[in-house]
Amino acid sequence: MKLSLGPVLYFWDRNTVFDFYEKIAETPVDIIYLGETVCAKRRYLSTSDWIELGHKLKASGKEVILSTLTLLEAESELGQLRKVCQNGDFLVEANDMSAVQILSEQQIPFIAGPFINIYNAQTLHFLVKNGMKRWVMPVELSRHTLEQILQEAKKLGIDDEFETEVFSYGHLPLAFSARCFTARAYNLPKDNCQLICADHPEGMPLQSRESDKVFTINGIQTMSGSCYNLLSQLPSMRSLGIDVMRISPQSKNMEDIIHQFHHARVSDVDNNHDVSSDDCNGYWFQRAGMENCYLK
Amino acid sequence: MELVCPAGNFPSMKAAVTHGADAVYLGFKDETNARNFSGLNFNDSKLDKSLAFARDHNVKIFIAINTYPQPSTWHKWQYAIDKAADLGVNAVIVADMGVMDYAANKHPGLHIHLSVQGSATNHEALSFYHRNFNIKRAVIPRVLSLTQVSKLTQTSPVDLEVFAFGSLCIMAEGRCHLSSYITGESPNMSGVCSPAKSVSWKNTGDVLESRLNNVLIDRYAEDEHAGYPTLCKGRFEVNGNTYHALEEPTSLNTLSVLPQLHEIGVKALKIEGRQRSPAYIAQVVQVWREAIDQYKQQPEQFKERSAWKQALDKVSEGTQTTLGAYSRPWQ
Repeated sequence: MKLSLGPVLYFWDRNTVFDFYEKIAETPVDIIYLGETVCAKRRYLSTSDWIELGHKLKASGKEVILSTLTLLEAESELGQLRKVCQNGDFLVEANDMSAVQILSEQQIPFIAGPFINIYNAQTLHFLVKNGMKRWVMPVELSRHTLEQILQEAKKLGIDDEFETEVFSYGHLPLAFSARCFTARAYNLPKDNCQLICADHPEGMPLQSRESDKVFTINGIQTMSGSCYNLLSQLPSMRSLGIDVMRISPQSKNMEDIIHQFHHARVSDVDNNHDVSSDDCNGYWFQRAGMENCYLK
Repeated sequence: MELVCPAGNFPSMKAAVTHGADAVYLGFKDETNARNFSGLNFNDSKLDKSLAFARDHNVKIFIAINTYPQPSTWHKWQYAIDKAADLGVNAVIVADMGVMDYAANKHPGLHIHLSVQGSATNHEALSFYHRNFNIKRAVIPRVLSLTQVSKLTQTSPVDLEVFAFGSLCIMAEGRCHLSSYITGESPNMSGVCSPAKSVSWKNTGDVLESRLNNVLIDRYAEDEHAGYPTLCKGRFEVNGNTYHALEEPTSLNTLSVLPQLHEIGVKALKIEGRQRSPAYIAQVVQVWREAIDQYKQQPEQFKERSAWKQALDKVSEGTQTTLGAYSRPWQ
């Protein structure tokens, strides 16, 4: 089982980003996804900065992937996207079909991110034929569905041609909008957002009027209110043949969390790790995503 | 500009056809379409009658097969595509790449429209679907401003259809899991958002509460209009303030920009609402037919009539309307 660190979904300043990855370089994650995937206005790091950072991390033994934006609306954003797709050094995680178009047309192998809608083996097969080497399962799918997709892929004879990665820790990215909800919370127009999301390194909690954590606002992205945590499912994933577990960057305790996952993969014991009652795991068990199935 | 109207059942289809639709879109009676609600959609006997009725009136028929199949039910989508091809419909509206691949190979003569659930918001994404599946048209997610739609019509390899009127989805369609996070069912997986079976209402004294899988979505005082608890339109707390943190209960209405939509080259206008009543369909389709006809006759003199606006406001969610993402300040 490989461990990956997904792209940073929040907007952190340059120094925070560089400090963060300096520490991450020392952790046992195998794969690191780099780049801005949420909002084109978040430009504390340029594409060249991300590539430079990628080379440093590669030098410390990490597999580096560049992740693309997810919602592309303007020609300028497509220009940036082409630069990422044609970087020449690193594989690319395509988070929009525009990236799949550019990469597949130029026969560049790619990884399909969690917002490329792969819900069945036929779609998987089609993308494999077009150069897909790894896919990150859409977060709303369950273990049960994943098992079926992989069985079908085996019947199609393509199971050796791709890797499967599962989002396993962090606030889940759930939706994208034209509207910036962080700017809205500050009564700012999106065109003059003042990059206010930088003030919220872990997003803004959105609660019900009964103080239930419902969602997390992160600019144009809406995330889960609770942290998704599939740490205890590592043995189950291993038995399914999952190749990579993805940990999504948070601003606190990242090294501890990575070490917990690393410990779970190197220890042979099927230990049912304690999961905080605040965490959720419903999607994996084919339930509402917000549910915590260990508490039932 | 083609007026594409919803038909959730035969009476609604009749209403759409007789009030001026150029095309109607509908779904089969299962989870292959994104309005998989009980009491909606078409079984075989209703289908024959409805298709004959539309054809007699020279109205095109599109079949929405626009959810994402999972392995255990893949055969239903395959069957739906075969059936649509057999029926000789004018187009199928599809979101899933696997389904499109099947349709394009098995039925090369069948026209494919990319569903809004396919979530293509730029010309590179559209080119992918055009190059691989020969799509003829794409329905564009409600995330682009009018200026962006205008640029896209110039670069798109296929005709564009945009949402003109109806419930307002504020997230990029096809990329929203909010509903499954709260209820376990989502548009992509189950063809539903904020499903009715997860809704509960409770009256506690002067206050009415709406919940979705027990999560409090809104709380209404006696003098407030209570709307369906669509989860992105509830009142929540952010930073100590309670407000419609994502969006107000409001509908999309683009009647005021009808001339611009035509001038920038939009080929079809979509009315949302397969879940709405025949009376609603009749009212909305009639207004839009009149507006389009008046615009065609005298483009320079076109003006949104107050009677149209009143008629549409009356049937809108929360009785408010907005231009949504077409207008930059909304974003």
